[in-house]
Amino acid sequence: MPHSVSPEPTPHEDSPMPQADAVPIKTEPDTQTPDIDMSDAPIPTNAESTKVNLDDLFDDDSDPEFGSSIPQVKSEEPSQRSPSPIKISSKSSFSDPEIMRTFYQRLFPFRYLFQWLNHSLVPANDFAHREFAFTLPNDAYLRYQSFATADLLRKQCIQLLPSRFEIGPVYSANPRDRKSLRKASAFRPLTKELVFDIDMTDYDDIRTCCTGASICHRCWAFITMAIKVVDVALREDFGFKHIMWVYSGRRGAHAWVCDKRARDMDDSKRRAVAGYLELLKGGDQSGKKVNVRRPLHPHLDRSLNILKDHFQTTILAEQDPWAEEKAAHLLQLLPDHTLRAALQKKWDSSPSRPSPAKWADIDALAKSGSISKSAKDLLEAKQDIVLEYTYPRLDSEVSKKLNHLLKSPFVVHPGTGRVCVPIDPRKVEEFDPLSVPTVTQLLTEIDEFEWDDSDKKIADWEKTSLKPFVEFFRGFVAGLLKDEKSGVKREREESGEAMEF
Amino acid sequence: MIRHDYSRVDPKRRANIDHKKRQFANPEFKQQNYEHRLNYYILPPTAEITLEEFETWAINRLKVLSELEACSFRNRTPEETAEYMTSILNKYMPLRSNSSRSQSLQEERKKDHYSHFILRLAFSATEDLRRRFSRLETMLFRLRFKDDDLRERKEFISNLNLEWEEVGESEKREFATELAAASGIKKGDEQEWFKVDWERVPELVEQRKVLLKRGKAYVPQREQMSLVVAEFTKRLDEALELTARALPRLDEDDRLAPILAHLSQSFTSPDAAYSSSDASIDGLSAPTANSIDTLSKHFPLCMQNLHMTLRANSHLKHFGRLQYTLFLKGIGLSLDECINFWRRSFKLMTDEKFQKEYKYNIRHAYGDVGGDANRRGRGYTPYSCQKLLTEPLPGTGQSHGCPYRTFTQDNLVALLQRTGINDRDLLKTVREDVSKQRYHVACNRVFEHAHKREIKKVKDDGSWSATDLDTILHPNTYFKRSWLLKHLGEGNAGMANGGDKMEE
Ligand SMILES: [Zn+2]
Repeated sequence: MPHSVSPEPTPHEDSPMPQADAVPIKTEPDTQTPDIDMSDAPIPTNAESTKVNLDDLFDDDSDPEFGSSIPQVKSEEPSQRSPSPIKISSKSSFSDPEIMRTFYQRLFPFRYLFQWLNHSLVPANDFAHREFAFTLPNDAYLRYQSFATADLLRKQCIQLLPSRFEIGPVYSANPRDRKSLRKASAFRPLTKELVFDIDMTDYDDIRTCCTGASICHRCWAFITMAIKVVDVALREDFGFKHIMWVYSGRRGAHAWVCDKRARDMDDSKRRAVAGYLELLKGGDQSGKKVNVRRPLHPHLDRSLNILKDHFQTTILAEQDPWAEEKAAHLLQLLPDHTLRAALQKKWDSSPSRPSPAKWADIDALAKSGSISKSAKDLLEAKQDIVLEYTYPRLDSEVSKKLNHLLKSPFVVHPGTGRVCVPIDPRKVEEFDPLSVPTVTQLLTEIDEFEWDDSDKKIADWEKTSLKPFVEFFRGFVAGLLKDEKSGVKREREESGEAMEF
Repeated sequence: MIRHDYSRVDPKRRANIDHKKRQFANPEFKQQNYEHRLNYYILPPTAEITLEEFETWAINRLKVLSELEACSFRNRTPEETAEYMTSILNKYMPLRSNSSRSQSLQEERKKDHYSHFILRLAFSATEDLRRRFSRLETMLFRLRFKDDDLRERKEFISNLNLEWEEVGESEKREFATELAAASGIKKGDEQEWFKVDWERVPELVEQRKVLLKRGKAYVPQREQMSLVVAEFTKRLDEALELTARALPRLDEDDRLAPILAHLSQSFTSPDAAYSSSDASIDGLSAPTANSIDTLSKHFPLCMQNLHMTLRANSHLKHFGRLQYTLFLKGIGLSLDECINFWRRSFKLMTDEKFQKEYKYNIRHAYGDVGGDANRRGRGYTPYSCQKLLTEPLPGTGQSHGCPYRTFTQDNLVALLQRTGINDRDLLKTVREDVSKQRYHVACNRVFEHAHKREIKKVKDDGSWSATDLDTILHPNTYFKRSWLLKHLGEGNAGMANGGDKMEE
């Protein structure tokens, strides 16, 4: 997934600004030479962080199909509840302005989004000082947008028709005021959800069924495995409770860890979580990517147990990763010379043996005596292989920085038209990315909705297949707000005690 | 004199000092008694020192910190670092234990205490200096903590009053297997454990060295150091922030300001800096997009690798592109030619996509666009070996960094062979170098081999000084030196490519 970092990923400085108060693209680079800073230290928590990090400017992992240009935005806003049908034709494109306008007007769950980010029903700084970044139809990228209420955000969306928008941190001051602050250090990011990004591109070297932007059910299983492993670790090990998984609209998933304890983490703690979850090391040339000590850390042991079964089905049976000459990589991962030679001989004579058979050959030949190292060594090597092919591949840079922006849930993916809907981690196996509704489909569903008297009060999203997703989100937000409330109460009590002292 | 600046830092914060600390904070301008060898540097100095002491002590500490930084750059192991630092510490900042019964204990500790605070003042001005200072002070603290007298260390720790909850017997039994697996300690070995919020030991969490349960980290006794060090860093970072905010007031004392400024400047560039003179090479006409292929035989392995990857895939991922662009800028490739170079190299890409997503970034690297500071600074500085050796390892599909570090030995040898290095003995030595993590040694060794003949010549005829042949610490130095050596006397006799065996 194209992850936007705080600095502008795709600056378009010459793009006309569609609106007077739109913030022009700002690119103030870091003034220090990279050499001085040798560590991968966190982005400074003061206003420096608003400067462009050159590394990020070079971020090219943008979506290949993203970015169709569409006509200029009309400034007048149609009446909110347009009585006329939406007129979806087969020719309608996902990012057609009328489609986007109707989507933001009638379907996008602004109210719950507001509650989610505000942690309370009463407007507060958690929402008002939160940065939003818009990608406009002409591809201009607007940073540092902020809104006091859900309705103001909605109005802006309807006016600008962003093809998508991203959510950044809560700042120490209103992002729109950042230039008028007397001291630069008065504007710094304070809190943000801990986020994760899992994208299929990181699996390209082991994915055989599809390439590039396309996905199918077989490769989606990589994402399913990743969600299972990461979700359980975040809950059981770190004790987080409010974890929302979101389909990224094409070929990946995001996680938003919303617990207060997670939101308050500084960069070193974010880095710690990312490091704890990260396993595969090294680039394409570094050979074996899994090198872990034994006994396995309990997190890895648990992960391996989860992944073992997937390895048999998702990897061996469905991906067939060692077909023909690709078996060379498997051989490379086995440390035992004798065994390697025996396997090589066997597969040279029948290269078309399917991967499950090749995997079984390892034990079979080892049992028949073609082995010079211990059975334990072999078992561990096999475990490492299972992990290399199944363990989550996280884009950990996204998680390490407090001020990284991430695409909002429920926006439309401009390439697929699919809505970025939440994924219920308890039913992650059932989630089907290919049946996630597209924006055009949803608008058609509103049109085709059969009215009867009892249905008078229902919202538009309830008439569509977006309904279960919005309801899930609503439930998630309600749970978060409940905990937040008791947390606030506790904090008050504690500070009350402190004041007596 | 330092004290009065500090006392103004933040009245609110001072008021928060608990009773225990307050009783220590009372006496002004008085000698402090240093009970422990180790110091968390909570309390600022309170006695007068001379201006000369001020400067000498600071410079001595700076020397120690610079040497520590050099150790981390050379990838020395903790043991090697400890060994190397012993003599340096003895010379510049001896700090003996109580058991040594030395007469100068108090004096040593005072110097340690004061010099730390002086450098704090000098290095709190920018985020970058603060981060580096904090990192090096943490290294120094860890080094001293490790070799501290066990009993005295225990006393020091108990004096810190860190809140650690002990893990009870029943819980130890319940999680015996997991505790053993997480910590690498054998099951059954007697061991005490602490339970703390995981946020207090991010380092151990990051390396998966502790068991985590519902947000609590189970820390074995022997990792106590990690906790103590993490706490040290945390407090130092907070203190540095406060110092930074109080800093403007320091200008009042115009005797100190120049000293502090000088100190921080001498701390700013221990790294092999890129100098713009590297871009102007005698006899080398301005490189163009077309000449990169030819010139690439003079590139260090890190850049050759990027070049070959680019040619093979018609693409490079962003960190690789950044590293390579800055290097090319460093050899004098103009912005226009650089854009040309990338445009042609990305054969499979449409013009539109290139213009939209890539061109801006190249211009930004050259300082052609961006904010004032970027333009003024002409974009970014080409990366040094130090930068390449200390940045995170590349992920899948990425090819940036230093291949001596990021490649497996077999893949590294294969890569070297592709660049024409086939000498068996050399490859064997390179393997040894990289297994000891002496990556820059390996790279310099390869350079010397590939330029053996020329180096001998310039040494023999005295045309190059020893400094001209100093260890290479920057990819652009590598290029410049290689090019010059391979074009010796080109102006007069056309030595270029004459008889050298630098296979392509
Ligand atoms: Zn597929």
